[in-house]
Order: sequence, then C-alpha cells, then structure tokens
Amino acid sequence: MISGGDRLLLRASKLTKTFRGDGTAVHAVRGVDLALRPGEFVAVTGPSGSGKSTLLHMLGGLEPPTSGQIWLAGQRVDGLSQARWAVLRRRHIGFVFQFFNLVSNMTVADNVELAALMGGASRKQARARRVELLADLGLTAKADAAPVRLSGGEQQRVAMARALANRPSLLLADEPTGNLDSAASQAVLRLLRRAHADGQAILLVTHDARVASAADRVVSLFDGMVMDDAAVGQSARPAPLPSVLKLRG
Amino acid sequence: MIYLAMPEWPVGLVHSAPTVCDHEQEGKAGLPGSACPAAPARGRQAREGTTAMRMPLLALLAKEPAHGYELKAQLEQIFGEAYPSPNIGQIYVTLQRLERDGLVRSEDVVQATRPNKKVYGLTEAGREELLQWMDRPSEGPRVRDDFFMKLVLSQLAETSDRLGLINRQRRHYLGQMRSLSMLAEASDRRIPRLLIEGAMLHLQADLDWLQRCQEELV
Repeated sequence: MISGGDRLLLRASKLTKTFRGDGTAVHAVRGVDLALRPGEFVAVTGPSGSGKSTLLHMLGGLEPPTSGQIWLAGQRVDGLSQARWAVLRRRHIGFVFQFFNLVSNMTVADNVELAALMGGASRKQARARRVELLADLGLTAKADAAPVRLSGGEQQRVAMARALANRPSLLLADEPTGNLDSAASQAVLRLLRRAHADGQAILLVTHDARVASAADRVVSLFDGMVMDDAAVGQSARPAPLPSVLKLRG
Repeated sequence: MIYLAMPEWPVGLVHSAPTVCDHEQEGKAGLPGSACPAAPARGRQAREGTTAMRMPLLALLAKEPAHGYELKAQLEQIFGEAYPSPNIGQIYVTLQRLERDGLVRSEDVVQATRPNKKVYGLTEAGREELLQWMDRPSEGPRVRDDFFMKLVLSQLAETSDRLGLINRQRRHYLGQMRSLSMLAEASDRRIPRLLIEGAMLHLQADLDWLQRCQEELV
C-alpha cells in the first residue's frame, strides 16, 4: 500500500485497463499501484506488451482506466471528462512521445510558444519562455525552421521544450529515446537529467536501460503487473534475500 | 573510482564481459573446467592479467623501445579512466616473460646519477606475434553466464525463487548502468568513452536477455 497520500504528486491505486474487441478481452494493465513524490524521477520498464505505455496514457488522461483510482496533487482525476483532462494537461502536465508529435505546419518557435500560451502564459511570457528554452536546449538557430527540417534528435529536443513550456508539475514521457540513435538519445537523457536536477518530476516509460538508470526508482512491469519497484543504487551489492523477495502488485 | 573489468588488468582487452569492478566481490566461479574468464583463483587471475598485458606491451614497443615506467604511463594515457592503472610489478613480470619467450630484448642503459635502467625493444619474433594477434578475429562476448546457472539451478536447489533472482540481477545491472553512464558523462576523451559505451551496450543486452529469461522461465 502507498502511504502519505497528501504529499504525493501522483498516486495510482489498483489501476486496470482491459481492451475488449470482438469477443476477446486483453488485460493490458492488471492492478497497478504507483506513487510519485514531487520532484521524483521514476522509470517504468518492461517488455513490449507489458502494459507500460497504456499505464502512462491512463496517468496522463489519454486513456480512461477500466477500474482503479488516480490522484494528481491530491485531486481525484480518474473520472474526469476528456475536456477537464485537457485543461489539466495544458496547465500541469508535459508530454513527450516517441514520435515527437510536433505540429508540422508551425515553426519550432511556435510549437513551443503555443504550449506556453495554452498553459496560461501571456503572449510576452510565452515568448520569453520559448526563447529561454530553445537557448537552453541549443535550438535557437532552428527557431524559425519547420519541424520536418530537423533531425530526429532535434525534433525530440523541441518536443522536450514544448513539454516544459508550461512549467508542468509532472513530465510524462513515452519512450522518448525509442526512435533516436545513440548520440541523440544521450542528448535527450542529458536534458531529462538536467530538468530533474532542477526539481522536475518525471515519469517515463522506456526500454533504454541507460535512460531508466538515470531515474530515482525503476518500476518493472510484466504482463500488466508490477514485478519490482526499486531505487536505483550506486552500490550494487545485493540486498539480503527477504527484502528482495518482497514483491508488489 | 569505477573501473571496467577486473581489479587487475582485464583478461583480454575486448572479449571479457565488461563489469564494474567490485573489490569485495568473491571470485565469480565458473563451472569446473570452464573457460570462465573470471576464475576464482588469485594466482590464475594474476597470470591471466599478465597474459592480457602481453599484446598491449608488444604494441607499444613496436613503436619505439621503452622502459617499464614509460610503458605504464603510456597505457594510462591511452586507456584513461576506463581501465585501472596497470600495476608496475605486473608490467615487469610480463616484460620478463616476453624476454624469456624471445619476443622482446632488453638493454641496460647507464645513467649518470641513478641506477641503470632496462630499456626493452621488440624482436622480429615479437613483431610477428603482434601481427598474428592483430590479424586474428577476437572472440565475441561470453556465452557462459554465472547468473544463468543460478537461475536454472535455483529451482533444483530450492534456494530462492526465480523472480527474486531476476529482480536482484536487474537492480544490479541498473546500478552498474548508472555508474557507467555517469563515468561516460564525466569522460571527455574518446577512447575511454568508447570503451564505456561498449560496456553499456553489453549491459543493455544483458537486461534484454534478463527480460527474455523472465518471459520464458517465471
């Protein structure tokens, strides 16, 4: 069980998701408990089909859970309408996807500015935030370019800037390095680390162990259930058996 | 400080499984008679350490004659933080063996104010040995795996459950990955960074394979 509910940024309890189609039911997520403190960086790993993306989508309101509860900053959110979720996301959640999902007919600068505006910033504030973020991510020279003119790594950095534009309480990322080569992955990882060092709470789903190992905690998902939830330590000495065998989910 | 490979010089520059060195760790025993590179016996480890250093020393001497301390400094310079600094004793023992085998030849150089120093140079046989080594393809990463033995045998011995073993191993790998990742981040030199990157790719493969073990066996 998860305790200290008030001080958690995100909490999920007994979350399930079942997809039903022509007589068959796929149990993608089967009773997941998860908690995230403010400023914490948690990585969810697992094989494809283990339910990790579905879990992230539920936590970001992109997919309604079949059952279970979700609290965001103490507020119950699992029953919110799509419209309410949209408002919540614009103000409090940043999203990074595997395939960048930038608006293709807008410039890099506008992609980032729009996110800040939708998050409630004034035009002037949005502009300042965009300038700051693009400079920070080394993309100032690309501000007026169309996203398609950028490399995958650059596009993902723009996506990061967009996700951070509204100063979200929570950054959600779905395989942010899944479509990048090694060097571009490292650049994205460096940005994630830096955002985390600045106090950004991050929940990401990844297959990239290097990205996962940068997190404070790694949750292993298998068959829609949590198999392990452990802090990533520097010291890799195995813990005594009884504590290792204590499983969750 | 975190090093790849063993406390002594790594057994084989490339093909030994890169692991973060842990001085407290007991010898990772392979099966009896196995070719497990990390043999438990200290003596054997030291011997293999010097074996592994033969080729780097021959390669350095192919460029120009040098004495022991120069060779040590050059190895440190080339491999940097990715490998532990080679032990001077190991270097001298290796040089003696290379000389015994006719691969290097030493010459005493008289110094005015200090004791004579031995300068080593490559022989024709040494150059031949080096070329043969260079031309030979190297072994791939290890196939035997101590963890896999545990995983398979735990069921028989009823010592611990497989999921517990897998979780513990995953945490261990992730901890190593984190250490390597930070080491890579701190390294601004190309050669050490490439070595570290290689070790991380191996670790990623180990983690993927752990997942396969979980899918199949748990």
